Parts: sequence; C-alpha cells; structure tokens
Amino acid sequence: MPTFVYMTRCDGCGQCVDICPSDIMHIDKTLRRAYNIEPSMCWECYSCVKACPHHAIDVRGYADFAPLGHSVRVHRDEEKGTIAWRIKFRNGKKDMELLAPITTKPWGTAYPKFSEIPAPSEEMRNSELLFDEPKTIRMDDGGLRTLQAAGLKLEAGVYY
Amino acid sequence: MSYKTIVEDDIDILVVGAGLGGTGAAFEARYWGKDKKIIIAEKANIDRSGAVAQGLYAINCYMGTRFGENNPEDHVRYARMDLMGMLREDLAFDMARHVDSTVHQFEEWGLPLMKDPKKGTYMREGRWQIMIHGESYKPIVAEAAKKSADKVYNRICVTHLLMDESKENRIAGAVGFNVRTGNYHVFKSKTVICGAGGASNIFKPRSVGEGAGRVWYAPWSSGSAYGLMIEAGAKMTQMENRIVLARFKDGYGPVGAYFLHLKTYTQNGMGEEYESKWFPALTEMVGKEYLDTEGQHLSHKPIPTCLRNHAFISEVNAGRGPIHMVTMEAFQDPHLEEIGWHNFLGMTVGQAVLWAATDVDPKYENPELTTSEPYVMGSHATGCGAWCSGPEDVSPAEYYWGYNRMTTVEGLFGAGDAVGGTPHAFSSGSFTEGRLAAKAACKYIDDGKGEGIVVSDKQIADLKEKIYKPLETYQVYSNEVVGGSVNPNFINPRQGLDRLQKLMDEYCGGFGVNYMTNEKLLSIGLKKLKSLEEDMEKIAASDIHELLRAWELNHRVRTSESVFQHTLFRKETRWPGYYYRGDAMKLDDKNWHVLTVSHRDRKTGEYTMEKAPLYHLVGDKE
Repeated sequence: MPTFVYMTRCDGCGQCVDICPSDIMHIDKTLRRAYNIEPSMCWECYSCVKACPHHAIDVRGYADFAPLGHSVRVHRDEEKGTIAWRIKFRNGKKDMELLAPITTKPWGTAYPKFSEIPAPSEEMRNSELLFDEPKTIRMDDGGLRTLQAAGLKLEAGVYY
Repeated sequence: MSYKTIVEDDIDILVVGAGLGGTGAAFEARYWGKDKKIIIAEKANIDRSGAVAQGLYAINCYMGTRFGENNPEDHVRYARMDLMGMLREDLAFDMARHVDSTVHQFEEWGLPLMKDPKKGTYMREGRWQIMIHGESYKPIVAEAAKKSADKVYNRICVTHLLMDESKENRIAGAVGFNVRTGNYHVFKSKTVICGAGGASNIFKPRSVGEGAGRVWYAPWSSGSAYGLMIEAGAKMTQMENRIVLARFKDGYGPVGAYFLHLKTYTQNGMGEEYESKWFPALTEMVGKEYLDTEGQHLSHKPIPTCLRNHAFISEVNAGRGPIHMVTMEAFQDPHLEEIGWHNFLGMTVGQAVLWAATDVDPKYENPELTTSEPYVMGSHATGCGAWCSGPEDVSPAEYYWGYNRMTTVEGLFGAGDAVGGTPHAFSSGSFTEGRLAAKAACKYIDDGKGEGIVVSDKQIADLKEKIYKPLETYQVYSNEVVGGSVNPNFINPRQGLDRLQKLMDEYCGGFGVNYMTNEKLLSIGLKKLKSLEEDMEKIAASDIHELLRAWELNHRVRTSESVFQHTLFRKETRWPGYYYRGDAMKLDDKNWHVLTVSHRDRKTGEYTMEKAPLYHLVGDKE
C-alpha cells in the first residue's frame, strides 16, 4: 500500500523523510511538503505513517491488486507505550479498533550501562561466554551448552 | 563532482548495516572493547532499518532452556531436517546455545513478550516461536546499539569494502556515500562486521507496477551482504539455497501464527486436503530418509517446508487451485480472530490493508494463499551467505580458522543474512550472531591482527570515481535525446532491475517457470547476466536517490551471479518446492551431501567452486 500525503495536513517537518527505510519519502521543493517519490519501492511498513506528528500520511492499497475505499489508520504513542489501529473495510461492514502495547518500560531507560560495568576478565575473554552469560541464558548459574555436556560430537558424512 | 570526502579514521569495529545482526554486533562490541572505537554505517535510519523495520509479532528462535523446553541440539536437528540436511551445524549449535540470553535481554529492555498464564513460560506459537507485541522491536533494539556505538552514521549507502594494501586478503574498512548530502564517506577500520541484508527483488516479483514493492522480504534488502563480501573476495556458501514462501496471496502476510497458534490449515479449490497425495512420488524424489510419510506421524518430525511447497505447487499445476487457508473455524473465536489481525498489524500491515480493500473477512471466507518469488538470504528458513569460521570448542578443522563468524577475508566478520549455513536464526539469532562476531572481532584486534593497515589515497580516489560515475554518465548523455527515459548510451536503475528480474525468473527458476531450471538454461542466464554486468558500467543516475538504487542494483547483480554459479554447480534437486534442476530431478546424497562453496577472484572475476564436507551432530558413542 503505497503511502501518500494529505496536502492540508503536511507542514514539511521531514520526520517521514528521516525515518523511511526505503528512502522514498522526500520533500517537494516547490510545495515544501513530503510525498512518496517511488511507490513501487514502498513496503507499506507504515514507519512514516507512525512517525508523522500530524497524521498527514495515509496508505492507499497497491493499484495492481487493491480496490479503492478501505482504510487502515494508526496512532503510535511512545509515552503511553501503545499503538492503536483502526481498520475499515471497503464495503463498510467491518470497522475494527485494535490496541497493542509497544514497550513495557519507559522509553530508552532499561539498558545496561557498559561504562559502569567492569571490563571482562581474561578468563571470560578466553571462554565462549557473551556479555551477562551464563546468567542470562537459563537465568541460573548453568547454561552454556557444550558438545561434551550434550553427549555429542560433529561427524562428517551422511546423517539425517 | 563537488561532493566532499569525509574520512573517519582509526576505527576498531565498523558495523556495516544495522538490522538485527548489526545492532547485536554494536551492542556487544562495547562490552568486550570498552575503549574501542565502534562505528555504525547504515543505509537508512537504524530506528527503522533492516527486515524488522516494520516490527514482528513473534520471535522465531527461542530455545526456552530455562523452562526445560528445548536444548540447542534439538534446534540444530530441526533446522537440519527443514533444510534437507544442508547447514553448518557448528554455527547453528553455537547460535542456539546463546540465543536465549539475547531474548531475555530484549525483555529486560522493554520488548513485550507474551506470557502463558498457566505455565508461567513465554507464550509459545510453535515449538521454537514465542509471541511478542513487537511493533517497536527494531527501535527498542536500535537503542541498545546507539548507546554502545561511538557514532551512528545513518543514510550512508556503503558500496564497497576497503582492502588492506600491506597484507593480501585483509579488510581495511569501507566506503560509501550519504544519500542526503551526496558526500563521500571513507571508514578506515581494523575490522568490519557485515550486517547488511539478503536479497529481495532479484527474481521477478508476482506483483506488477505499483505493487512491485510488496515483496515478502523488505524491498530495501538489496543483497548488499553478498555484493559487498563477494567483491572483497570472501568465499560464499549455499547461495543456490533460495527460499520460496507460501503466504497469503498478494499481501504476503505471514502464516506461521495461523498454522501454529490459530490451528488453521490448507485445502485445495475443491475443499480437499491435498498435501498427502503428493508425498509418495515426492518420497521417490528425495528418499525415505527425508520424507517418510508412513512413519512421519510416528516420528513427529515436521515435513520440510520445501516439500510442503512442492505439494502446493503441484496441486495448483494440476488445476485444483487456489489453495485456501481455512480460517473460518478458528476465527469464530473472537480472541483468536483478534490475534489473527494483530499478527498482520505487527509485521505485515499491507495484508490487513488488502483484506480491508477486498472485503475479505477470514471469519466468513477462507483467504487464498500463493507461493512467492524466490529470495536469497541467510537468516530466515534458508542459509545463503559467507563461509565463516565457527567457534573453537565446537567446529571441526575445516570449519575453524581462529575467529568466530570471520569470513575467509581477514578481519571481515558476518552476522544475520551475511553468514552462510545458519538457517532458522531469524531476528533473535541474527542479533546473537552479531554479538558472537563482535566478541571475536575484539579478540582479533587485541591479538594485534589489525595492525599496520595501509589504505592508499589512490584506492580511495579510484572508488570515489567509480561510485559517482552513474551521475556523470547521466550528465554527459541525458541531453543527447529530447526527453524521456530511452537513451542509447545508458540504462537507469529501474530498467536494469527489470532486466535482472526477468532473466533470473526465466533462467534461474523463478515463479514464472514454476521454479524450474537446468544446466542449459543456467548457462544462457549467466551469459545474459554478463552483458547486464557490462551495461552496469553504463548505468545512469539523475540524482542521489537514483545513485542509491544504482548501487543497490550492483549488489543485486553480484548476488545473482553467485546464485547462478551455485545453482549450476549443485547437480541435483535438493529442495523440491524451492527450485528444480530439470536435468537432475532427484536428491543425490551420494554426490551432493555437501555444502557448496564458491570463490570469486577479486581481480579476474573468475569463479571457482568446491564441495565442503558436511558435519552433523551425532551421539558421541556412535
């Protein structure tokens, strides 16, 4: 569903340009508003739709297989940690509202601070462990599987 | 051209492409390399880049060892079965034994994982999949990478890797251009972790016109993982192992949750079960070891995905299409109905838009399925990618050269789509591979392996000229004609992409020929690809955006060449349902129970192909 931009809602802020993974939301130099310059490279990922502070961006189903007259709108709220969707069918028979969480923590707060974490020991460096392992594997002291512990070996040949 | 050259020097770890693999690398690198200089170069914006940009509704690779659900070796056996035996079991085991740690950290950072209220475990969709509210999966993971990296360069299209001039076959960084400013960026680095993407859009897609962007894998997955690494001379493996997906028609909405969680099932146009009738003949093709229909329900082994595709394709060819997903039963339960819709909104919004547009309510109508065009990638249920070293404590000698996830080019590491032979890694496994690569890259640097790198001004200047040539070609020749897109001196990136997709489809086994090819067709296709490669010298770009498309196309062409070479080499039909070698329609374990490995000579462009032994996990008493 390639995106399009409503003329009266867009103020040319460029949030969509900044986020589009496909580099297809550009600012029209005369109108000073955003538009989709290459619909055939649009994945309908809705990244720009979600990022637009004015809900100026919408999606119209791909012309090669989607008839007109439908609507899938979205409001993503990082502070509330939710995303709200509304789906309307072409024939008007279905009008659904759906809500989902997008995070369980205040945005950007729950990450390890490597500057405060001591550097790994030589023993750790020479082991097969990664950061915060083995603890984070099984959430106990055991965890990193080895071939020996599993009673296995790698054997060349045809096995199924 | 008046574009500035911006040099970032003395980098320890350069992450090229920050999807799930690249973000994992950047995150972990900071722990092992507290004082190291870590830089990310990303084509888009890392908050919404890579295959997970849109979000995901499931994490498809989670062992659940803390709940006693599975062991890593169980996952390896599952992937082995699904890929008809072809994978690097050392890498797969290594990924699987670390992946739970990654998922638990995602939860810690705020990713909402659904819980099973009765068992206290994560909500399982299937044996390996857990369900998540993953609309913000990518921004949550990107945040961790941003906190770790010294600097994130968004909107840099990396076009080439830099090679060291003091030591043969050693990496020295990368170059590219900024798709906003047009400036030339040079990154000199001791190591490079390639987290770039697999390839969509190299085979002609089923959709036409405006819908050409509605591919299964993201349209921005331009095969850059392979384009970059092959050009650097890295060996590749299993590039013939393209994947074809059975998905909801046109929108390519995912079916995993529908099959596994909602318990929907498929039937043909007459409302009949159709799969099992194709199995006896299929067993003849692949052998009882791979498809034992009588014993299948006893062994509880799932049927390999490619073989289920084969039944789908055969049934449609027999005139009994379309294949439907029977949703009308499950969707009577309002809770399951809601999950069905959330599943699309969380990862393939376009499918919801399509059903809204066509008034398909799965509660009252069973939607159609289709088989997609092929994709070349290494993180979903297939294993294309670079031939990489495994971990010291697991890998046999043929699979081990010192540093985990290092390619055959010194200092060049891979993660996600970039690493070959590691199917079924998915998002969590790709991030985990990035972490493994980062630790190994830090060790490589600490061992002094990245010392004394020399990059001459000439190498940098030559690449600059090459990168901007399409803009120059356009300037020189566009005014020779009155207007329009037809010019005898050049083609534009879209025209080149169309040509690539057509020849891949017709000669390399696309949907248009029912996934069929043979030696003759492949040889003709390679010849046509050669002339496309020559025309790539004359590709023109009218602006910086088109220059981006031109370089994406370059990476797609380089990927396609490798796919042709590998498909030509493997003289058997290993994965019926993904593609068929019409001149060798049977699976041939006597000659082809091996991994295919290719090398493209950097100077001559000549390919050499070899077979590498397959090692399997077996009981140590055997």
